[in-house]
Amino acid sequence: MRSCWTFFRMRLINGLQYRTAAWAGVVTQFFWGFMEILLYRAFYAATPDRFPMQLDHLISYIWLRQALLALLNTYTFEWDLFTMILNGNVAYELCRPSSLYGMWFARTLALRVSRVILRCVPLFVVTALLPKPWGLRFAASPTAFAAFLVSLALAACVGVAFCLIIYFSCFFTLSSEGVRMMVLPIAELLSGNLIPLPFMPDRLAKLFHYSPFGAMTNAPLRIYSGDLAGPEMVEMLVLQVFWLTVLGLFGYALQHRGLKRLCVQGG
Amino acid sequence: MIEVKSLSKTYRVSRRDSGLWQAVKALGRRETHEIKALDDLSFTIADGEIVGYIGPNGAGKSSTIKVLSGILTPDSGECRVNGRVPWKERKKHVAEIGVVFGQRSQLWWDVPVNDSFELLKEIYRVEDARYRRNVEELTDALELGELLRTPARQLSLGQRMRCEIAASLLHDPKVLFLDEPTIGLDAVSKLAVRSFIQKRNETHGTTVLLTTHDMQDIEALATRILLIGQGRLLLDGDFDDVRRVNPDAHSLDELAAALYARYGM
Repeated sequence: MRSCWTFFRMRLINGLQYRTAAWAGVVTQFFWGFMEILLYRAFYAATPDRFPMQLDHLISYIWLRQALLALLNTYTFEWDLFTMILNGNVAYELCRPSSLYGMWFARTLALRVSRVILRCVPLFVVTALLPKPWGLRFAASPTAFAAFLVSLALAACVGVAFCLIIYFSCFFTLSSEGVRMMVLPIAELLSGNLIPLPFMPDRLAKLFHYSPFGAMTNAPLRIYSGDLAGPEMVEMLVLQVFWLTVLGLFGYALQHRGLKRLCVQGG
Repeated sequence: MIEVKSLSKTYRVSRRDSGLWQAVKALGRRETHEIKALDDLSFTIADGEIVGYIGPNGAGKSSTIKVLSGILTPDSGECRVNGRVPWKERKKHVAEIGVVFGQRSQLWWDVPVNDSFELLKEIYRVEDARYRRNVEELTDALELGELLRTPARQLSLGQRMRCEIAASLLHDPKVLFLDEPTIGLDAVSKLAVRSFIQKRNETHGTTVLLTTHDMQDIEALATRILLIGQGRLLLDGDFDDVRRVNPDAHSLDELAAALYARYGM
């Protein structure tokens, strides 16, 4: 926990050094969100009754996703870790009195949280001020908001546990490129980062909802707008805990096997 | 106390001839050779010794260091450092050792060295007072001063190596493994590193295991020399024993070459 805090502080300092990148990110996310909302609005205007989510729910979903992108996307990795595995500097990581899994989990989470903190504030402020129905609405209820916060924390952890599996797969494949190219587009789609899951064909949506990816972006954002409420909401929180455990155990096992066959080459 | 008893480790190396046809053939069946990096290796190092660990490239020096620091699991044999088996009790073990890999870096690339130190402080759970005292002492001894406020990427190799050594001593390890700490350094930095290691050993009683190709390091520092080749221990003695192999050698490098030749390497 303490090393997580230290990583976080270090990342925040680091992130503050790259202010231009942060501003560019904010502008892009803002612009992207607007384009998407315009697109959906056009569809809604044509056939309003054939959509699985209300327009204002959808708009809140989009703004939240844009604001929390750095935390919830599936492709923000700590790149140093890939490099480390490739060039053998991972040797130093193994000389530390903590588990590799814990350290890398903390490091990746710290990276994501520090990024999102720098970027989400302007988006929240601006979108909350936008007129109806363009802006970010309040959460459906105080309960929904509290559940949203819990679910967001769980979703972030599930996402990081997923990242760790990709890191450790490099112990076997060396290059992360193949795995990333295959897995990430799928993960983005299934986690509801591209379009909310209810917009997909019913049976697929259901399948994805119960997949580990459904425990990522899909969960907190739909809880926020009240799209998942009552028993469905509780079910989702349990599901998130379940997937966090499963992905965590799998990643941990992968680390264990990887380290056993690891040999840091070269003198 | 470091005890190593009949340690063995075998690596698999795949080989093929060059050329397209050979590459296609290798798709189906790959020819692998086993290379014995460590072959029934045994030695004991007492507390407070500075041991020079020498041998030609590929002799198994780094493999030994990796086993001793818990990174590599050997195929067979026993090994205890301060009573612990490194690869079995890795976390407890590494809390008490310091390692410097001369060819790698543990400092964060684009933040000041100080920040990397503070991260290590957290990871090793060093108390504030002790941390401050250690940093002060190391800053003095290694003349770090302003270097601590500089990002690692802007340091020269010699400056960086001094910081790397300091980084691995922040938690007062009793045992220090140095894998080629003077590689690529200029004369001044080499001398600084050597005198530091010597002093550290005298004042803190730190046990040092040092691998290097620089025979001057060995001559200046090592009270005992272990020579290995093809994973086997060939000589266990002091510098005089090495000198006796070729008393007429004009330089230390010539002496090393004569030594390797004497043992058929």
